[in-house]
Amino acid sequence: MLTGLAANDTNAIETIYRENFATIRSFIIKNNGYPDDAYDIFQEAMIVLFEKAKSGSFNLSCQLQTYLYSICRRLWLKKLQKQNRYNPSIETIEEIVPVEDEMELHEKKDKDFLLMEGALKKIGEPCKSLLEAFYMEKKSMPEIASAFGYTNADNAKTQKYKCLVRLKKLFFAQYKNKE
Amino acid sequence: MDENLLLDAIERYRSGQMDDAEKLFFEELRKNNADIDQAASEHSFFLDQLENLSEQKSFRQNLKGVENKLRSEGVFSENDGEPKSKVVYLWNRYRRTIAVAAAIAGLISFSTATVISKYSENKKAAVITPLVDNKLNQFEHKLNQIEHKLNDATAIPVKPKFEANFRATGFLVDGSGYIITNAHVVQNAKNIIVENKKGDQFSAQPIYSNTVTDLAILKITDTAFKKVNGLPYTFPKTTAELAEPIFTLGYPREEVVYGEGYLSAKSGYYGDTASYQISISVNPGNSGGPVIDKDGEVIGIISSKETNADGVVFAIKSKNIYTALKEIKKDKDITIKLPTVNSLKDLDRVKQIKKLEDFVFKVKGN
Repeated sequence: MLTGLAANDTNAIETIYRENFATIRSFIIKNNGYPDDAYDIFQEAMIVLFEKAKSGSFNLSCQLQTYLYSICRRLWLKKLQKQNRYNPSIETIEEIVPVEDEMELHEKKDKDFLLMEGALKKIGEPCKSLLEAFYMEKKSMPEIASAFGYTNADNAKTQKYKCLVRLKKLFFAQYKNKE
Repeated sequence: MDENLLLDAIERYRSGQMDDAEKLFFEELRKNNADIDQAASEHSFFLDQLENLSEQKSFRQNLKGVENKLRSEGVFSENDGEPKSKVVYLWNRYRRTIAVAAAIAGLISFSTATVISKYSENKKAAVITPLVDNKLNQFEHKLNQIEHKLNDATAIPVKPKFEANFRATGFLVDGSGYIITNAHVVQNAKNIIVENKKGDQFSAQPIYSNTVTDLAILKITDTAFKKVNGLPYTFPKTTAELAEPIFTLGYPREEVVYGEGYLSAKSGYYGDTASYQISISVNPGNSGGPVIDKDGEVIGIISSKETNADGVVFAIKSKNIYTALKEIKKDKDITIKLPTVNSLKDLDRVKQIKKLEDFVFKVKGN
Protein backbone atom coordinates (compact mmCIF):
# COMPACT_ATOMS: atom_id res chain seq x y z
CA MET A 1 0.00 0.00 0.00
CA LEU A 2 2.84 2.39 0.80
CA THR A 3 4.36 1.72 -2.59
CA GLY A 4 1.03 2.60 -4.09
CA LEU A 5 0.98 5.77 -2.04
CA ALA A 6 4.48 6.70 -3.19
CA ALA A 7 3.32 6.27 -6.77
CA ASN A 8 0.44 8.63 -6.10
CA ASP A 9 -2.06 5.85 -6.61
CA THR A 10 -5.63 6.96 -6.05
CA ASN A 11 -6.80 3.55 -4.83
CA ALA A 12 -4.11 3.40 -2.14
CA ILE A 13 -5.04 6.87 -0.96
CA GLU A 14 -8.69 5.98 -0.84
CA THR A 15 -8.07 2.84 1.21
CA ILE A 16 -5.97 4.70 3.74
CA TYR A 17 -8.66 7.34 3.97
CA ARG A 18 -11.45 4.84 4.53
CA GLU A 19 -9.57 2.94 7.18
CA ASN A 20 -8.15 5.80 9.21
CA PHE A 21 -10.00 9.01 8.79
CA ALA A 22 -12.80 8.34 11.28
CA THR A 23 -10.38 7.82 14.17
CA ILE A 24 -8.52 11.01 13.39
CA ARG A 25 -11.70 12.95 13.06
CA SER A 26 -13.04 11.88 16.41
CA PHE A 27 -9.69 12.75 17.95
CA ILE A 28 -9.75 16.27 16.50
CA ILE A 29 -13.34 16.91 17.50
CA LYS A 30 -12.74 15.67 21.02
CA ASN A 31 -9.86 18.09 21.23
CA ASN A 32 -11.43 21.38 20.36
CA GLY A 33 -11.55 21.07 16.59
CA TYR A 34 -14.14 21.31 13.85
CA PRO A 35 -14.71 18.52 11.31
CA ASP A 36 -13.00 20.67 8.67
CA ASP A 37 -9.89 20.84 10.83
CA ALA A 38 -9.83 17.06 10.70
CA TYR A 39 -9.75 17.09 6.88
CA ASP A 40 -6.90 19.59 6.87
CA ILE A 41 -4.87 17.72 9.44
CA PHE A 42 -5.44 14.37 7.79
CA GLN A 43 -4.38 15.77 4.45
CA GLU A 44 -1.17 17.10 5.90
CA ALA A 45 -0.47 13.80 7.62
CA MET A 46 -0.99 12.05 4.30
CA ILE A 47 1.62 14.32 2.73
CA VAL A 48 4.05 13.39 5.51
CA LEU A 49 3.32 9.75 4.81
CA PHE A 50 3.71 10.31 1.07
CA GLU A 51 7.11 11.92 1.46
CA LYS A 52 8.18 9.19 3.79
CA ALA A 53 7.01 6.46 1.42
CA LYS A 54 8.71 8.17 -1.52
CA SER A 55 12.05 8.34 0.27
CA GLY A 56 12.15 4.54 0.14
CA SER A 57 13.86 4.27 3.51
CA PHE A 58 10.59 3.87 5.29
CA ASN A 59 9.95 0.84 7.42
CA LEU A 60 6.74 1.02 9.31
CA SER A 61 7.51 -0.39 12.74
CA CYS A 62 3.96 -0.09 13.95
CA GLN A 63 0.47 -0.17 12.57
CA LEU A 64 -0.28 2.43 9.93
CA GLN A 65 -3.17 3.63 12.06
CA THR A 66 -0.91 4.29 15.06
CA TYR A 67 1.59 6.06 12.86
CA LEU A 68 -1.02 8.32 11.30
CA TYR A 69 -2.59 8.99 14.66
CA SER A 70 0.76 10.03 16.10
CA ILE A 71 1.44 12.39 13.24
CA CYS A 72 -2.02 13.91 13.34
CA ARG A 73 -1.72 14.39 17.06
CA ARG A 74 1.53 16.31 16.65
CA LEU A 75 0.19 18.39 13.80
CA TRP A 76 -2.94 19.24 15.72
CA LEU A 77 -1.05 20.15 18.87
CA LYS A 78 1.08 22.46 16.83
CA LYS A 79 -1.89 24.09 15.22
CA LEU A 80 -3.55 24.63 18.58
CA GLN A 81 -0.39 26.18 19.94
CA LYS A 82 -0.15 28.49 16.98
CA GLN A 83 -3.71 29.66 17.52
CA ASN A 84 -3.05 30.06 21.22
CA ARG A 85 -5.72 27.67 22.21
CA TYR A 86 -3.39 25.01 23.45
CA ASN A 87 -5.31 22.38 25.28
CA PRO A 88 -3.05 20.77 27.85
CA SER A 89 -5.45 17.95 28.53
CA ILE A 90 -5.27 16.68 24.95
CA GLU A 91 -6.56 13.15 24.95
CA THR A 92 -4.11 10.35 24.44
CA ILE A 93 -5.88 7.11 25.10
CA GLU A 94 -4.51 5.77 21.84
CA GLU A 95 -1.07 4.33 21.51
CA ILE A 96 1.43 6.76 19.98
CA VAL A 97 4.88 6.43 18.47
CA PRO A 98 7.58 9.10 18.34
CA VAL A 99 7.39 11.07 15.09
CA GLU A 100 9.86 13.88 15.81
CA ASP A 101 12.08 13.12 12.79
CA GLU A 102 9.15 13.03 10.44
CA MET A 103 7.86 16.34 11.71
CA GLU A 104 11.22 17.98 11.29
CA LEU A 105 11.67 16.66 7.79
CA HIS A 106 8.14 17.62 6.92
CA GLU A 107 8.62 21.15 8.11
CA LYS A 108 11.76 21.55 6.06
CA LYS A 109 10.11 20.11 2.97
CA ASP A 110 7.10 22.24 3.49
CA LYS A 111 9.30 25.32 3.61
CA ASP A 112 11.10 24.32 0.43
CA PHE A 113 7.79 23.61 -1.19
CA LEU A 114 6.50 27.06 -0.39
CA LEU A 115 9.78 28.63 -1.51
CA MET A 116 9.64 26.96 -4.88
CA GLU A 117 5.98 27.73 -5.27
CA GLY A 118 6.65 31.36 -4.44
CA ALA A 119 9.58 31.57 -6.85
CA LEU A 120 7.46 30.07 -9.62
CA LYS A 121 4.77 32.62 -9.02
CA LYS A 122 7.31 35.42 -9.17
CA ILE A 123 8.89 34.63 -12.53
CA GLY A 124 5.56 35.23 -14.23
CA GLU A 125 4.23 34.06 -17.59
CA PRO A 126 5.05 32.53 -19.99
CA CYS A 127 8.02 31.23 -17.97
CA LYS A 128 5.85 29.64 -15.31
CA SER A 129 3.70 27.66 -17.73
CA LEU A 130 6.67 26.76 -19.85
CA LEU A 131 8.61 25.31 -16.93
CA GLU A 132 5.57 23.57 -15.53
CA ALA A 133 4.86 21.99 -18.88
CA PHE A 134 8.38 20.66 -19.17
CA TYR A 135 9.34 19.73 -15.61
CA MET A 136 5.99 18.84 -14.10
CA GLU A 137 3.78 17.70 -16.91
CA LYS A 138 6.85 16.20 -18.60
CA LYS A 139 5.83 17.32 -22.05
CA SER A 140 8.31 16.99 -24.88
CA MET A 141 10.02 20.00 -26.40
CA PRO A 142 8.22 19.83 -29.78
CA GLU A 143 4.88 19.63 -27.97
CA ILE A 144 5.74 22.67 -25.91
CA ALA A 145 6.97 24.56 -28.95
CA SER A 146 3.64 24.19 -30.71
CA ALA A 147 1.56 24.84 -27.59
CA PHE A 148 3.43 28.05 -26.77
CA GLY A 149 3.83 29.17 -30.38
CA TYR A 150 7.61 28.88 -30.77
CA THR A 151 8.87 28.32 -34.29
CA ASN A 152 10.76 25.17 -33.35
CA ALA A 153 11.77 22.96 -30.44
CA ASP A 154 15.24 24.49 -30.20
CA ASN A 155 13.76 27.94 -29.78
CA ALA A 156 11.51 26.63 -27.03
CA LYS A 157 14.46 25.00 -25.41
CA THR A 158 16.51 28.20 -25.33
CA GLN A 159 13.54 30.02 -23.88
CA LYS A 160 13.06 27.30 -21.31
CA TYR A 161 16.69 27.59 -20.15
CA LYS A 162 16.40 31.33 -19.84
CA CYS A 163 13.36 30.85 -17.62
CA LEU A 164 15.07 28.13 -15.65
CA VAL A 165 18.08 30.29 -14.88
CA ARG A 166 15.81 33.06 -13.66
CA LEU A 167 13.84 30.68 -11.48
CA LYS A 168 17.01 29.26 -10.05
CA LYS A 169 18.26 32.70 -9.16
CA LEU A 170 15.03 33.55 -7.41
CA PHE A 171 14.88 30.26 -5.59
CA PHE A 172 18.45 30.23 -4.37
CA ALA A 173 18.37 33.87 -3.33
CA GLN A 174 15.52 33.11 -0.96
CA TYR A 175 16.84 29.72 -0.05
CA LYS A 176 20.09 31.19 1.16
CA ASN A 177 18.23 33.88 3.03
CA LYS A 178 16.32 31.28 4.94
CA GLU A 179 19.34 29.20 5.82
CA MET B 1 24.96 29.01 -24.67
CA ASP B 2 27.71 27.11 -22.86
CA GLU B 3 25.68 27.29 -19.73
CA ASN B 4 22.63 25.92 -21.46
CA LEU B 5 24.65 23.05 -22.81
CA LEU B 6 25.85 22.29 -19.33
CA LEU B 7 22.33 22.40 -17.91
CA ASP B 8 21.16 20.18 -20.71
CA ALA B 9 23.95 17.72 -19.98
CA ILE B 10 23.13 17.68 -16.30
CA GLU B 11 19.48 17.05 -17.00
CA ARG B 12 20.19 14.29 -19.44
CA TYR B 13 22.63 12.76 -16.98
CA ARG B 14 20.07 12.85 -14.20
CA SER B 15 17.31 11.30 -16.22
CA GLY B 16 19.61 8.62 -17.61
CA GLN B 17 19.43 9.75 -21.23
CA MET B 18 23.19 9.64 -21.76
CA ASP B 19 24.93 6.68 -23.30
CA ASP B 20 27.78 5.08 -21.40
CA ALA B 21 30.58 6.89 -23.21
CA GLU B 22 29.01 10.28 -22.71
CA LYS B 23 28.26 9.44 -19.08
CA LEU B 24 31.87 8.53 -18.45
CA PHE B 25 33.03 11.73 -20.11
CA PHE B 26 30.65 13.81 -18.03
CA GLU B 27 31.68 12.16 -14.78
CA GLU B 28 35.34 12.76 -15.65
CA LEU B 29 34.52 16.40 -16.35
CA ARG B 30 32.87 16.80 -12.96
CA LYS B 31 35.81 15.22 -11.19
CA ASN B 32 38.33 17.50 -12.86
CA ASN B 33 36.40 20.73 -12.84
CA ALA B 34 35.14 21.93 -9.48
CA ASP B 35 33.00 24.65 -11.05
CA ILE B 36 31.16 22.19 -13.21
CA ASP B 37 30.74 19.81 -10.32
CA GLN B 38 29.36 22.59 -8.15
CA ALA B 39 26.98 23.67 -10.88
CA ALA B 40 25.88 20.09 -11.43
CA SER B 41 25.05 19.38 -7.80
CA GLU B 42 23.36 22.71 -7.43
CA HIS B 43 21.24 22.13 -10.48
CA SER B 44 20.51 18.61 -9.35
CA PHE B 45 19.27 19.86 -6.01
CA PHE B 46 17.21 22.49 -7.73
CA LEU B 47 15.59 19.98 -10.02
CA ASP B 48 14.85 17.80 -7.00
CA GLN B 49 13.00 20.68 -5.46
CA LEU B 50 11.11 21.33 -8.65
CA GLU B 51 10.14 17.70 -9.00
CA ASN B 52 9.18 17.58 -5.37
CA LEU B 53 6.88 20.49 -5.96
CA SER B 54 5.25 18.87 -8.90
CA GLU B 55 4.83 15.52 -7.15
CA GLN B 56 3.43 17.08 -4.03
CA LYS B 57 1.08 19.19 -6.09
CA SER B 58 -0.33 16.24 -7.93
CA PHE B 59 -0.49 14.22 -4.73
CA ARG B 60 -2.43 17.01 -3.07
CA GLN B 61 -4.78 17.13 -5.99
CA ASN B 62 -5.27 13.41 -5.77
CA LEU B 63 -5.89 13.62 -2.04
CA LYS B 64 -8.44 16.36 -2.48
CA GLY B 65 -10.12 14.29 -5.14
CA VAL B 66 -10.38 11.26 -2.88
CA GLU B 67 -11.58 13.41 -0.02
CA ASN B 68 -14.29 14.98 -2.14
CA LYS B 69 -15.35 11.64 -3.48
CA LEU B 70 -15.65 10.12 -0.03
CA ARG B 71 -17.40 13.18 1.27
CA SER B 72 -19.95 13.13 -1.49
CA GLU B 73 -20.47 9.42 -1.01
CA GLY B 74 -21.11 10.21 2.61
CA VAL B 75 -18.67 7.65 3.92
CA PHE B 76 -17.95 9.73 7.00
CA SER B 77 -21.33 11.34 7.23
CA GLU B 78 -22.78 9.28 10.10
CA ASN B 79 -22.57 12.42 12.14
CA ASP B 80 -21.56 15.04 9.67
CA GLY B 81 -23.71 18.06 9.16
CA GLU B 82 -26.89 16.70 10.65
CA PRO B 83 -28.42 19.11 13.10
CA LYS B 84 -28.74 16.52 15.83
CA SER B 85 -25.15 15.51 15.65
CA LYS B 86 -24.06 19.11 15.40
CA VAL B 87 -25.32 19.50 18.92
CA VAL B 88 -23.43 16.40 19.97
CA TYR B 89 -20.34 17.77 18.34
CA LEU B 90 -20.76 21.18 19.89
CA TRP B 91 -21.32 19.49 23.19
CA ASN B 92 -18.09 17.56 22.80
CA ARG B 93 -16.28 20.66 21.79
CA TYR B 94 -17.44 22.83 24.61
CA ARG B 95 -18.21 20.36 27.32
CA ARG B 96 -15.36 21.49 29.52
CA THR B 97 -16.36 25.11 29.18
CA ILE B 98 -19.96 24.19 29.78
CA ALA B 99 -19.06 22.26 32.89
CA VAL B 100 -17.08 25.16 34.28
CA ALA B 101 -19.79 27.65 33.38
CA ALA B 102 -22.41 25.48 35.02
CA ALA B 103 -20.32 25.21 38.14
CA ILE B 104 -19.86 28.97 38.28
CA ALA B 105 -23.52 29.61 37.62
CA GLY B 106 -24.36 27.23 40.43
CA LEU B 107 -22.04 28.96 42.81
CA ILE B 108 -23.28 32.41 41.93
CA SER B 109 -26.93 31.54 42.31
CA PHE B 110 -26.12 29.85 45.58
CA SER B 111 -24.21 32.77 47.01
CA THR B 112 -26.65 35.32 45.66
CA ALA B 113 -29.47 33.44 47.23
CA THR B 114 -27.87 33.46 50.64
CA VAL B 115 -26.69 37.03 50.49
CA ILE B 116 -29.85 38.45 49.04
CA SER B 117 -31.83 37.07 51.92
CA LYS B 118 -29.47 38.96 54.15
CA TYR B 119 -29.31 42.24 52.27
CA SER B 120 -32.56 42.12 50.45
CA GLU B 121 -32.67 45.88 50.01
CA ASN B 122 -29.29 46.14 48.40
CA LYS B 123 -28.61 43.87 45.47
CA LYS B 124 -25.14 45.32 45.11
CA ALA B 125 -24.10 43.52 48.23
CA ALA B 126 -24.32 40.16 46.45
CA VAL B 127 -20.70 39.06 46.40
CA ILE B 128 -19.21 42.23 47.76
CA THR B 129 -18.59 43.25 51.29
CA PRO B 130 -19.71 46.59 52.61
CA LEU B 131 -16.76 48.06 54.39
CA VAL B 132 -18.43 48.84 57.69
CA ASP B 133 -16.74 47.54 60.77
CA ASN B 134 -19.47 45.85 62.77
CA LYS B 135 -17.14 44.14 65.17
CA LEU B 136 -15.92 47.11 67.08
CA ASN B 137 -13.18 46.35 69.44
CA GLN B 138 -14.88 46.67 72.78
CA PHE B 139 -11.69 47.40 74.60
CA GLU B 140 -10.64 50.07 72.20
CA HIS B 141 -14.04 51.62 72.49
CA LYS B 142 -14.07 51.62 76.29
CA LEU B 143 -10.64 53.13 76.37
CA ASN B 144 -11.81 55.84 74.10
CA GLN B 145 -14.78 56.60 76.28
CA ILE B 146 -12.61 56.88 79.35
CA GLU B 147 -10.24 59.12 77.53
CA HIS B 148 -13.13 61.33 76.62
CA LYS B 149 -14.42 61.45 80.14
CA LEU B 150 -11.02 62.42 81.44
CA ASN B 151 -9.86 65.05 79.10
CA ASP B 152 -12.81 66.27 77.14
CA ALA B 153 -12.99 69.85 78.20
CA THR B 154 -15.21 70.87 75.34
CA ALA B 155 -18.83 71.60 75.93
CA ILE B 156 -19.89 68.67 73.82
CA PRO B 157 -22.21 66.50 75.78
CA VAL B 158 -20.50 63.16 76.08
CA LYS B 159 -22.82 60.27 75.49
CA PRO B 160 -21.45 57.67 77.82
CA LYS B 161 -24.22 55.18 77.31
CA PHE B 162 -23.78 55.17 73.60
CA GLU B 163 -22.65 51.75 72.34
CA ALA B 164 -21.80 51.80 68.65
CA ASN B 165 -22.25 48.63 66.62
CA PHE B 166 -20.79 49.89 63.39
CA ARG B 167 -18.02 52.18 62.31
CA ALA B 168 -17.28 53.72 58.96
CA THR B 169 -15.87 56.86 57.40
CA GLY B 170 -17.41 60.05 56.09
CA PHE B 171 -16.16 63.46 55.09
CA LEU B 172 -17.46 66.98 54.89
CA VAL B 173 -18.89 68.20 51.61
CA ASP B 174 -20.08 71.48 53.06
CA GLY B 175 -18.48 73.26 56.01
CA SER B 176 -21.86 73.99 57.58
CA GLY B 177 -22.08 70.36 58.65
CA TYR B 178 -22.91 68.06 55.75
CA ILE B 179 -21.06 64.79 55.67
CA ILE B 180 -21.13 62.27 52.87
CA THR B 181 -20.88 58.55 53.51
CA ASN B 182 -22.38 55.30 52.18
CA ALA B 183 -26.08 54.51 52.32
CA HIS B 184 -25.31 51.01 53.55
CA VAL B 185 -23.49 52.49 56.54
CA VAL B 186 -26.44 54.35 57.95
CA GLN B 187 -29.36 52.50 56.50
CA ASN B 188 -30.41 50.68 59.66
CA ALA B 189 -28.96 53.06 62.19
CA LYS B 190 -31.11 54.57 64.89
CA ASN B 191 -28.44 56.89 66.25
CA ILE B 192 -25.50 58.26 64.33
CA ILE B 193 -22.47 59.95 65.74
CA VAL B 194 -19.64 61.49 63.78
CA GLU B 195 -16.28 62.01 65.34
CA ASN B 196 -13.40 64.12 64.13
CA LYS B 197 -9.71 63.51 64.50
CA LYS B 198 -9.57 65.25 67.85
CA GLY B 199 -12.23 62.94 69.19
CA ASP B 200 -15.03 65.51 69.26
CA GLN B 201 -18.30 63.70 68.78
CA PHE B 202 -21.39 65.16 67.23
CA SER B 203 -24.75 63.58 66.63
CA ALA B 204 -25.94 63.56 63.06
CA GLN B 205 -29.05 62.74 61.05
CA PRO B 206 -29.27 61.36 57.55
CA ILE B 207 -31.03 63.78 55.24
CA TYR B 208 -30.50 61.70 52.13
CA SER B 209 -29.91 58.03 51.50
CA ASN B 210 -29.92 56.29 48.15
CA THR B 211 -29.37 52.55 48.21
CA VAL B 212 -28.93 52.41 44.44
CA THR B 213 -25.95 54.75 44.29
CA ASP B 214 -25.05 53.80 47.87
CA LEU B 215 -24.63 57.43 48.85
CA ALA B 216 -25.93 59.05 52.02
CA ILE B 217 -25.60 62.58 53.29
CA LEU B 218 -25.69 63.33 56.99
CA LYS B 219 -26.35 66.66 58.65
CA ILE B 220 -24.57 67.32 61.91
CA THR B 221 -27.42 68.32 64.18
CA ASP B 222 -25.34 68.91 67.27
CA THR B 223 -25.45 72.51 68.41
CA ALA B 224 -21.87 72.20 69.53
CA PHE B 225 -20.73 71.92 65.98
CA LYS B 226 -19.37 75.12 64.55
CA LYS B 227 -19.25 75.83 60.88
CA VAL B 228 -15.83 75.11 59.42
CA ASN B 229 -14.31 76.89 56.48
CA GLY B 230 -11.73 76.04 53.92
CA LEU B 231 -12.59 72.54 52.75
CA PRO B 232 -9.38 71.85 50.82
CA TYR B 233 -10.71 69.47 48.14
CA THR B 234 -12.95 69.77 45.12
CA PHE B 235 -15.21 67.32 43.31
CA PRO B 236 -14.63 66.79 39.57
CA LYS B 237 -17.58 66.02 37.33
CA THR B 238 -15.40 64.22 34.83
CA THR B 239 -14.25 60.63 34.90
CA ALA B 240 -10.79 59.99 36.22
CA GLU B 241 -8.18 58.19 34.13
CA LEU B 242 -6.94 54.62 34.40
CA ALA B 243 -3.82 54.12 36.46
CA GLU B 244 -4.18 57.45 38.22
CA PRO B 245 -2.57 57.25 41.62
CA ILE B 246 -5.09 57.72 44.43
CA PHE B 247 -5.15 57.73 48.19
CA THR B 248 -7.68 57.60 50.96
CA LEU B 249 -8.12 58.40 54.62
CA GLY B 250 -10.43 56.36 56.76
CA TYR B 251 -11.23 54.75 60.05
CA PRO B 252 -10.71 51.01 59.84
CA ARG B 253 -9.34 51.51 63.37
CA GLU B 254 -10.06 54.06 66.04
CA GLU B 255 -7.22 56.06 64.59
CA VAL B 256 -7.24 57.58 61.15
CA VAL B 257 -5.47 55.41 58.55
CA TYR B 258 -3.88 56.46 55.28
CA GLY B 259 -3.82 54.16 52.25
CA GLU B 260 -2.76 54.57 48.65
CA GLY B 261 -3.36 52.77 45.36
CA TYR B 262 -4.40 53.35 41.80
CA LEU B 263 -7.46 53.45 39.61
CA SER B 264 -7.74 50.02 37.99
CA ALA B 265 -10.98 50.26 35.98
CA LYS B 266 -13.45 52.91 34.95
CA SER B 267 -16.37 50.75 35.93
CA GLY B 268 -17.29 48.93 39.08
CA TYR B 269 -18.91 45.68 40.07
CA TYR B 270 -20.40 43.94 37.02
CA GLY B 271 -19.58 46.89 34.77
CA ASP B 272 -21.44 49.38 36.97
CA THR B 273 -20.56 52.68 35.29
CA ALA B 274 -21.49 54.70 38.35
CA SER B 275 -18.38 53.49 40.12
CA TYR B 276 -14.70 52.80 39.66
CA GLN B 277 -12.63 49.81 40.48
CA ILE B 278 -9.60 50.80 42.47
CA SER B 279 -6.72 48.86 43.82
CA ILE B 280 -6.03 49.84 47.38
CA SER B 281 -5.78 48.13 50.71
CA VAL B 282 -8.94 48.78 52.70
CA ASN B 283 -10.68 47.17 55.61
CA PRO B 284 -14.08 47.30 57.21
CA GLY B 285 -14.40 50.86 58.41
CA ASN B 286 -13.02 52.44 55.25
CA SER B 287 -16.50 52.63 53.74
CA GLY B 288 -17.48 56.19 52.93
CA GLY B 289 -13.90 57.41 52.78
CA PRO B 290 -12.81 59.84 50.06
CA VAL B 291 -10.81 58.61 47.06
CA ILE B 292 -8.49 61.47 46.24
CA ASP B 293 -6.16 61.94 43.30
CA LYS B 294 -2.72 63.53 43.48
CA ASP B 295 -4.11 67.02 42.89
CA GLY B 296 -6.46 66.75 45.83
CA GLU B 297 -9.61 66.15 43.86
CA VAL B 298 -12.11 63.74 45.35
CA ILE B 299 -12.82 61.39 42.47
CA GLY B 300 -14.93 58.95 44.45
CA ILE B 301 -16.21 57.47 47.67
CA ILE B 302 -15.12 54.02 48.79
CA SER B 303 -18.08 51.70 49.03
CA SER B 304 -17.24 48.03 48.93
CA LYS B 305 -14.71 45.40 48.02
CA GLU B 306 -14.98 42.06 46.35
CA THR B 307 -15.06 39.34 48.95
CA ASN B 308 -13.05 36.69 47.18
CA ALA B 309 -10.51 38.83 45.37
CA ASP B 310 -7.67 40.78 46.86
CA GLY B 311 -7.35 44.50 46.27
CA VAL B 312 -10.54 44.81 44.23
CA VAL B 313 -12.31 47.78 45.73
CA PHE B 314 -15.20 49.77 44.33
CA ALA B 315 -15.68 53.50 44.70
CA ILE B 316 -18.68 55.57 43.72
CA LYS B 317 -17.79 58.24 41.17
CA SER B 318 -17.99 61.71 42.61
CA LYS B 319 -20.28 63.00 39.88
CA ASN B 320 -23.02 61.03 41.65
CA ILE B 321 -22.70 63.54 44.47
CA TYR B 322 -23.96 66.27 42.18
CA THR B 323 -27.04 64.20 41.40
CA ALA B 324 -27.59 63.60 45.09
CA LEU B 325 -27.37 67.29 45.86
CA LYS B 326 -29.90 68.08 43.16
CA GLU B 327 -32.32 65.58 44.65
CA ILE B 328 -31.84 67.03 48.11
CA LYS B 329 -32.51 70.51 46.78
CA LYS B 330 -35.66 69.29 45.09
CA ASP B 331 -37.03 67.15 47.92
CA LYS B 332 -35.94 69.01 51.01
CA ASP B 333 -35.12 72.45 49.67
CA ILE B 334 -31.71 72.31 51.28
CA THR B 335 -28.83 73.82 49.35
CA ILE B 336 -25.49 72.18 49.89
CA LYS B 337 -22.56 74.06 48.50
CA LEU B 338 -19.60 71.97 47.44
CA PRO B 339 -16.18 73.57 47.91
CA THR B 340 -14.84 75.24 44.79
CA VAL B 341 -11.29 76.01 45.77
CA ASN B 342 -8.69 73.29 45.83
CA SER B 343 -5.86 74.04 48.23
CA LEU B 344 -4.22 70.59 48.07
CA LYS B 345 -2.73 70.93 44.63
CA ASP B 346 1.06 70.98 44.42
CA LEU B 347 1.48 70.08 48.08
CA ASP B 348 3.45 67.05 49.09
CA ARG B 349 1.46 64.14 50.41
CA VAL B 350 2.24 64.69 54.11
CA LYS B 351 1.04 68.28 53.93
CA GLN B 352 -2.02 67.21 51.95
CA ILE B 353 -2.95 64.73 54.65
CA LYS B 354 -2.39 67.30 57.41
CA LYS B 355 -4.84 69.60 55.69
CA LEU B 356 -7.31 66.83 54.99
CA GLU B 357 -7.47 65.06 58.32
CA ASP B 358 -9.72 67.61 59.96
CA PHE B 359 -12.44 67.05 57.40
CA VAL B 360 -12.58 63.27 57.46
CA PHE B 361 -14.88 61.89 60.13
CA LYS B 362 -15.50 58.61 61.83
CA VAL B 363 -19.13 57.63 61.46
CA LYS B 364 -20.50 55.44 64.23
CA GLY B 365 -23.90 54.37 65.27
CA ASN B 366 -26.27 51.77 66.47
